[in-house]
Amino acid sequence: MALRLLASRAASQLRLAVFPRGFATVINELKYTDSHEWVKVEGNSATIGITDHAQDHLGDVVYVELPEEGATVTQGSAFGAVESVKATSDVNSPVSGKVTQVNSELNNSPALINASPYENGWIIKVEMSNAGELKSLMDAGQYTKFCEEEDAKH
Amino acid sequence: MRGGGLWQLGQSLTRRLAQTNKKVATRRCFASEADLKKTVLYDFHVANGAKMVPFAGWSMPIQYKDSIMDSTVNCRENGSLFDVSHMCGLSLKGKDCIPFLEKLVVGDIAGLAPGTGTLSVFTNEKGGTIDDTVVTKVKDDHIYLVVNAGCRDKDLAHIEEHMKSFKSKGGDVSWHIHDERSLLALQGPLAAPVLQHLTKEDLRKIYFGEFRILDINGCPCYLTRTGYTGEDGFEISVPSEYAVDLAKAILEKSEGKVRLTGLGARDSLRLEAGLCLYGNDLEQHITPVEAGLTWAIGKRRRAEGGFLGAEVILKQIAEGPPTRRVGFFSAGPPARSHSEIKNKKGETIGEITSGGFSPCLKKNIAMGYVKSGNHKAGTKVNILVRGKSYEGVVTKMPFVPTKYYKPS
Repeated sequence: MALRLLASRAASQLRLAVFPRGFATVINELKYTDSHEWVKVEGNSATIGITDHAQDHLGDVVYVELPEEGATVTQGSAFGAVESVKATSDVNSPVSGKVTQVNSELNNSPALINASPYENGWIIKVEMSNAGELKSLMDAGQYTKFCEEEDAKH
Repeated sequence: MRGGGLWQLGQSLTRRLAQTNKKVATRRCFASEADLKKTVLYDFHVANGAKMVPFAGWSMPIQYKDSIMDSTVNCRENGSLFDVSHMCGLSLKGKDCIPFLEKLVVGDIAGLAPGTGTLSVFTNEKGGTIDDTVVTKVKDDHIYLVVNAGCRDKDLAHIEEHMKSFKSKGGDVSWHIHDERSLLALQGPLAAPVLQHLTKEDLRKIYFGEFRILDINGCPCYLTRTGYTGEDGFEISVPSEYAVDLAKAILEKSEGKVRLTGLGARDSLRLEAGLCLYGNDLEQHITPVEAGLTWAIGKRRRAEGGFLGAEVILKQIAEGPPTRRVGFFSAGPPARSHSEIKNKKGETIGEITSGGFSPCLKKNIAMGYVKSGNHKAGTKVNILVRGKSYEGVVTKMPFVPTKYYKPS
């Protein structure tokens, strides 16, 4: 998700704070993008959402813009958006393929993304067109390090 | 009234992410920490878990440990304490300070009873607003006013220029900018009960808009029963050396129910209350009549004029303004500043100037300007958010009923 600037600014302010807000959860079995999306792979199906780190920086999610079932998604491109009290952020797909399911629960309860970013707050399921793309994603360890470096940079 | 275009800034920056190099944008858009001004409560905010952000050249808390939504709801259920020391307080003194100020603002300052204040606007020659401000007549030769942080330099230059010419014609006016004082805003149902613990003065006798100079927590403060949330509350101008102690005392007396609250919740609260944010809902080219602030133009001033832009403004009062500020409810994502408003025929009729998700109402609220004729409550519109059209309806403001303390 393209939090970049807002997250960077929030992160830079966190660095100034004497009491940091604690560590965000990272799940071992998942893969991660540098725009803070996660993907869970089961066979050829990929479930996608945004990470705990992302939802923490965003704040209360008030609206989720979902794609249609059947839509095509491309690795690295935005397929929807997540909106918080503060601002809107695009959500990018970690993989290319076709959307098979969208989490329509998010229409009624967008805050699921805050409460359960890796489980009930999943956003879309995709039938992958090229599983090889997964190799370019980060694992849990790499993503954790990536977040630490990003937060420290600003 | 207060602040600058934070949400506008955040929104437009987020949208530009796709095109701009991340590092370049970060460096270009944000002042370094060393350049930002700090209020005397800076360390106190940080020690209380604040997320600090740059705002109008200051480092200010956008939120604390609780979320913006929780913070907003807590203000209306219990209370909030805001550090608004970034705003600029000033005093105008001298026997001609009232006629002097009346050239620059639309309010009937002469008609104010001593110890009362009102919201007003500084206008330019075209009748547009330079800034909005709360003006208080302390007495006939002393006016106290508070202006927006983001407009400080502009406002002070404007006042100074006019003061020079006024004095050169023999007028008696001088000013003092209260950089030695800090401003706290205490808002919500617990504001008065909590503050009462800290002062001997009977707060039940101080009504909305009224001003007193009195001791609070043992130090001499300027107290105004006003705010930017729609709730009952006070703005307390305190000598800066006592500000932290006062903030601590207020929080302690409330036994934790009044919480330190940041600019994020402040923006949600003022939007719910239907209050303008200068830089979004008020701008140099928007007149107070278009903004729905005709009530702030005193009756005598409408008859006499005598303020900058009077010709334009009085004409709008007589004929009706070409555009009007109204509120909206809408479906879909929250409408944000600069979202286009169209009528049901698909014609553009206006633009959103502020919007967001209301934590108290749990729905989208927004305000914007529409061509007159489209401004009646119940008018159905379409609002374009990120290229998609969503249904909206014009609604009266405030969105959340206000609770100003007025005599019954």
